Amino acid sequence: MKKYILRRVLGMVPTLAVISVLVFIVIQLPEGDIVTSTVGQLEATGVDMSDDRIESLRAQYYLDQPLPIQYLYWIGNFITGDMGFSYLYAQPVNELVWERLGYTLLISIGALLFTWLLALPIGIYSAVRQYSTADYAFTTVGLIGLATPNFLIALILMYLGYNWFGLSFGGLFSPEYINAPWSWARFTDLLAHLWIPVIVIGTSGMAITMRLMRANLLDELEKPYVTTARAKGVPPLKLLLKYPVRIAINPFISTIGLLLPTLISGEAIVAVVLNLPTTGPLLIQSLITQDMYLAGSLIMLLSVLTVIGMLLSDLLLAWVDPRIRYERT
Amino acid sequence: MSANNLVSINNLTVEFKTELGSVTALKDVSFDLPRNCITAVVGESGSGKSVTSNSIMRLLPDSAQTSGEIILYPQKSEPISITSLAEKDPRLRSLRGGLVSMVFQEPMTALSPVHRIGDQVAEAVLCHREVSKEAAWSEAASMLEQVGLTDVQQKMRMYPFEFSGGMRQRVIIAMALICHPQLLICDEPTTALDVTIQAEILVLIKSLQQKLQNSVLFITHDLGVVAQVADRVVVMYDGQVLEVGDVKQILKNPQHPYTCHLLASMPGAERRTTKESKQKNWAAGAALGGGTALATAEDGRQVREFVR
Ligand SMILES: Nc1ncnc2c1ncn2[C@@H]1O[C@H](COP(=O)(O)OP(=O)(O)OP(=O)(O)O)[C@@H](O)[C@H]1O
Ligand SMILES: [Mg+2]
Repeated sequence: MKKYILRRVLGMVPTLAVISVLVFIVIQLPEGDIVTSTVGQLEATGVDMSDDRIESLRAQYYLDQPLPIQYLYWIGNFITGDMGFSYLYAQPVNELVWERLGYTLLISIGALLFTWLLALPIGIYSAVRQYSTADYAFTTVGLIGLATPNFLIALILMYLGYNWFGLSFGGLFSPEYINAPWSWARFTDLLAHLWIPVIVIGTSGMAITMRLMRANLLDELEKPYVTTARAKGVPPLKLLLKYPVRIAINPFISTIGLLLPTLISGEAIVAVVLNLPTTGPLLIQSLITQDMYLAGSLIMLLSVLTVIGMLLSDLLLAWVDPRIRYERT
Repeated sequence: MSANNLVSINNLTVEFKTELGSVTALKDVSFDLPRNCITAVVGESGSGKSVTSNSIMRLLPDSAQTSGEIILYPQKSEPISITSLAEKDPRLRSLRGGLVSMVFQEPMTALSPVHRIGDQVAEAVLCHREVSKEAAWSEAASMLEQVGLTDVQQKMRMYPFEFSGGMRQRVIIAMALICHPQLLICDEPTTALDVTIQAEILVLIKSLQQKLQNSVLFITHDLGVVAQVADRVVVMYDGQVLEVGDVKQILKNPQHPYTCHLLASMPGAERRTTKESKQKNWAAGAALGGGTALATAEDGRQVREFVR
């Protein structure tokens, strides 16, 4: 198993190297660069830029060097933990990204737990009581949920919250806490805001999780090992959870790894609608404004997380399923 | 009258409600299972053998409607009317795997793929007796040795996919016998195995029965196997019992035309068939709708040797 992990980690290196070159090319594609857009904006506000200043700016970003050298500077800094400077936010990218990544992680995990805690038991119930009234009801609600775009659910929730409770959602903090240092009050304020995005994003996965769990479990319930366990005299609830549910749930456990890349890119529209300080809107903004360091770093992070997430998925799957574990030793 | 019978099946009728209407799987089936005896049930595919055995274990799906009665007369306790037990009755749980247990046709899929062998065998003990997990595991170990596995301590930590079909079937037999059931049901336990393993498993089942002195209900469509293991035979066709009797008597001198047909359809049987049984055979074909292939042509060598 250790060998397997080592092999997988080493295998990630060339993949990421190729991705980094592609990312670099993509962020070079648009006309102009960070300096021309800086100068353009500054001149628009009436500041006159001397050629000297422009040249020194270009040198600061290594823009006077040939492209391969620029690439090496960029990726070298990235690996050593310096993701460069965001012109748009006038801050180092490091400062911008990590806090937002933290919030994104919080929301994603919250949403996943919310989805699973509701959808998995419902899926199990629907499978065990297949074609019952409740099964049909859950299916109907699930399909409606599946067909409704997330941002719409976000808008509806915001509207209802505002109309009925006079609450204004949006953001993760009340205005007075946005820039406050961490305190108990700020933490509870965060929790008071957190549930809206958690529900909105969680609902999106609900229908599909429910249906998948139902289908997986229906498959497993037919299997002979279930009959064997019944014939052995295992009590019904214990039997259900220990055998078919245990096996039907495996695919879900492995999707935890696939959650990682969505930390960067997922749910951007909901985040924009709800005004969340997460990475999604940051990525969109950086692409629109050609904020090269920010965009490049985010896409690179996205790739790293995707590759790590895939490894994590495989490891989790091997952990829960001995058949896969043995294949890989 | 129940002194010698462990199970008595009286007028058992089972109907399945399906989307295409109802299917009658068993019609008025009655036979007894004597104590300390291997009773074989033979019949072609679809004749209702599995439905009968699943009725005894109460493993039929909800779509099944049962009438008639199955009564179990356990050695040291009150008779149990299996057919009238409620699903939640604690006696049903002590019946399944306790008084009656079952070995299935498909050893490859009858064990959970993600639980250790030891866990699955020991669970049978834990379901029926108040013992510690360690005690259950050591009991499982000795039972696995009794069914002919070696290196049991190591094998108990392994998973079913690391076992061959024959080994899995031994595990399932161990699991079925570990609580000393008074009735062991084997539903075509060797059909999925290759021939040499098949013979080993049959010998195992027979010798364990002689050792434990329990009753075995052995389902098969192979008369060769019947001759090898059974003391008594029940012949089924289309959900009905055609003939019940001592194995020698039935194989030598079948009373029902269909039984003759079964015997005759075994390869090589023609040489030995008498004029009389040929006539019976012909009558069977006529009675059952024009000589369709009613029985699978299984190896008849054992029967012929047996009858000789
Ligand atoms: N769940 C079910 N729903 C509907 N019909 C069923 C069901 N189970 C069994 N039957 C019907 O009952 C009849 C008897 O089936 P059974 O499984 O007992 O046959 P069998 O003698 O065990 O055959 P085999 O040798 O193939 O195992 C068949 O006609 C079958 O179609
Ligand atoms: Mg069958």
